[in-house]
Order: sequence, then structure tokens, then C-alpha cells
Amino acid sequence: MIRVVLPAHLRTIARVDGEVQLDVEGQATQRSVLDALEARYPALRGTLRDHVTQQRRPFVRFFACEQDLSHEPPDAPLPDAVASGAEPFLVVGAIAGG
Amino acid sequence: MSSVRVLVGTRKGAFVLSADAKRDRWDISGPHFAGWEIYHVKGSPADPNRLYASQSSGWYGQMMQRSNDGGKTWEPVGNKFVYDGVPGTHQWYDGTPHPWEFKRVWHLEPSLTDPDTVYAGIEDAAIFRSTDGGQTWGELPGLRGHGSGPHWQPGAGGMCLHTIILDPGNPARIFIAISAAGAFRTDDAGATWRPINQGLRSQTIPDPTAEVGHCVHHVAMHPSRPGVLFMQKHWDVMRSDNAGDSWQEVSGNLPTDFGFVIDVHAHEPETIYVVPITSDSLHFPPEGKLRVYRSRTGGNEWEGLTKGLPQSDCYVNVFRDAMAVDSLDACGVYFGTSGGQVYASADAGDNWSPIVRDFPPVLSVEVQTLP
Repeated sequence: MIRVVLPAHLRTIARVDGEVQLDVEGQATQRSVLDALEARYPALRGTLRDHVTQQRRPFVRFFACEQDLSHEPPDAPLPDAVASGAEPFLVVGAIAGG
Repeated sequence: MSSVRVLVGTRKGAFVLSADAKRDRWDISGPHFAGWEIYHVKGSPADPNRLYASQSSGWYGQMMQRSNDGGKTWEPVGNKFVYDGVPGTHQWYDGTPHPWEFKRVWHLEPSLTDPDTVYAGIEDAAIFRSTDGGQTWGELPGLRGHGSGPHWQPGAGGMCLHTIILDPGNPARIFIAISAAGAFRTDDAGATWRPINQGLRSQTIPDPTAEVGHCVHHVAMHPSRPGVLFMQKHWDVMRSDNAGDSWQEVSGNLPTDFGFVIDVHAHEPETIYVVPITSDSLHFPPEGKLRVYRSRTGGNEWEGLTKGLPQSDCYVNVFRDAMAVDSLDACGVYFGTSGGQVYASADAGDNWSPIVRDFPPVLSVEVQTLP
């Protein structure tokens, strides 16, 4: 079970409160987690990554275990603590603007 | 008893303002989609309870929303806008090639007859259509593909397709306008398009009378006379009496002919409205006086309308999609400002009052007249 924390605006879009808990098939990677997230909440498609290129949107960041994973390859394994559910996978809207 | 519903898109959400035919007491609902930029909200002429909204964010991109109950509740629909084929390049501000990239939906135009069919004008400029209530979108690629696309350049607000007008007498005819490419028309339901900019003069481009490249800010049409178009260009107010084949300037005695909005009275096809803005470098009303100008002669002869509007120290702008009219008798006229006011006149512009004063900057205003 993977725990995902969404930013406020995307919790509204997904109509969830608090953390999202996902069952991810196979290895837990950014891609597999986001695939599972979008499958559960189709309205999130396109909000985190481009529909076609699957590239992360520039102002969306991925943090976990006090690390910035945003620039890790999408198929790189996530930390064991995320894969085990001990730590959440954080989707963060970049601080930008005033 | 008839009523009106004013659909307001702002920098921080959408609002629905409702009143009976007197239009003197307003119920306000919202913000819907709080915190998101709402470029446009518009209702279906075929089913007034069917609304579409364009919701966007610099962080999370584009969302599309649909309501089946007049804006009480909403559901997200499809947000996948993919250009047809290899999109290629247009020109960037400095004239260099720049890849075509989807940024946001500026304008939604529901079909006149089918609630599930809706057109979307997007940035970078293209027109898309959905025939399934917004679930899926496909480009009408003949517009970008007609030949001049690689030469289009963005205006200051981006290269946006901001105006879509459906001809009520001819389902195959659609008018669109792009900043800063100009106006275009299709006569075959979007398969092919041609620029309709003859008569426009723009000193801000190398060839002032070029076929494309004009910064058209908005175009309006009265449904009873679909061959007559009125245009607020970057500078100049224009009209065409032949469906855009040629244009004549009708700025007349306006204090300045720069501006963004233009609209037509619901019952008088020769009565039109603009809000003059000082200049392209001073986006606020001349002398700090917010004045709507009305022409009852289809242009050239204009009168300033000031009753109820601030006549000192007013430095707001009125964006291109932020004026609309209702079809009650007398015609109601509405506009929103960058300062968050939505002004209404229930007597065709003679007297104005604010419905609200403290909204976020208003991006768009539409009105539904309900039976």
C-alpha cells in the first residue's frame, strides 16, 4: 500500500480528504504510483504530468523521505519506506508567485 | 417570470449571479473552483442548465468542468487537448520559430442546437470541438493548416483564440479571432478557413494591411444579422457588412479607439457598446473615468454612458470576454473589470450599478436569459 499526499487543489479535484492510499502492482516507481493514482481518480489526468509526453508538469514536485525525487527517472524505484507505506509520497505544488 | 443568470470567470474562481427580470436584487453563488483561473463560463443555448467552464492553473494545467443544473453542481470532463498531427511552429515575440504548445482554453462556445457539442478556443491558437459533452476533444486542424499558421505571433496575453461566433443562419459558417493573427472564417463547418482581415490597418506590424498578423481583441455579431460583424481591434473599432470580407473603421468620436470588449444590443442590431481604454501601454480608462460608449448608428457616432460608473480615480481594465447582454426588455448590459467589479445596466446602458465590487479580477462575463 502506497500513501500519497496531494496538494489542496488536487484533493478538491479528486474529491478526497487527507491521504490517498493506493495498491500498486509491481515495483513502486513514480510512474506506477501515478498510473495507479490516475486510474483511481481519472480527473487528475493531465494535472500532474502531460497527457502525451508523460513529463511532470514544471510546477509539480515529488518529495519523499526528505528527498526531492522530482528529477529521478520515472521508472526508478521509490524508497523502501514509500513502497512499504511507512512514509508518504508527497505531491507538492511549487512555491511560486507572491 | 423571466430571470437572468450572469456567469463570471475570475482569476480565483467562477461565480453565478442570479436575479429576476427587475435585475435589482442579486443572489451570488461561488466561488466555484476557488483558487483557479476561470477564463470562461458559458451556457448552452439549447439547454440553459448545461454550462461549460474552463478552469486552469499555472501549476496543474487545464481542467474542464460541466454542469447540468445551471451551475449548482459541476463535474470534471475531458482536459486532453492534443494538436492534430505534428503541430510545428509559429513565431515567437522576437520572430523566431516557437513550437506550438497547449496552454489553456480561453473561450467556450456551445452549439446553438446540441448541448453536447461545444467549441473551445485555445492558446496556442487553435479551435477544438467536443461532441460528447466535453469528454473528448478534437482539433479542427484546417485553421492552423491553412497556410499562415507558421507566421502567427502571440499578443501580449499569449497567442490565444479568444472569439468563436457561430452563424445562426448557416451551421457551416463559424467566425474566430486570434490575438495576434486576426479574424478567420470557415464556410464548411471548420474543414477550411480563410483570413478575413481586409480593411484592417495595424501600425504595429511591418505591413499594416497584411492578410494576417492583426491583434484583434474581440468580435461581436447580432444573431438577426449574421453578416454584420463588429470588431474591437488593438486600436480601431471596425465593422463589416459582408461577413468579414472587408472592414471599415467606425471609431468616430470615441475618446480613444483602443479597448478590448465589444457587444451588440439584444434587440437593436445597430446599437453597439465598447469600453475605451487609454492606450496599449496604459490599460485603464482615459482620465480615470470608467465610461461605456454606445453607438445607436452601428458605429461612428458614440455617446459616453457614465451614470453609476466611477468618474474619477478609476484605473481598471475590462478584458475582452468580460461584456455581455441579456435579451430582456429593456436589454441588460453587463461587464466586469480587472478590479473585481461587475457592473450591470437594466436599461441598455443609461444607468449602471455594481452587482459586486470586490471579486478577483474578472476575466469573462456571460449572461443567460431564462424563461
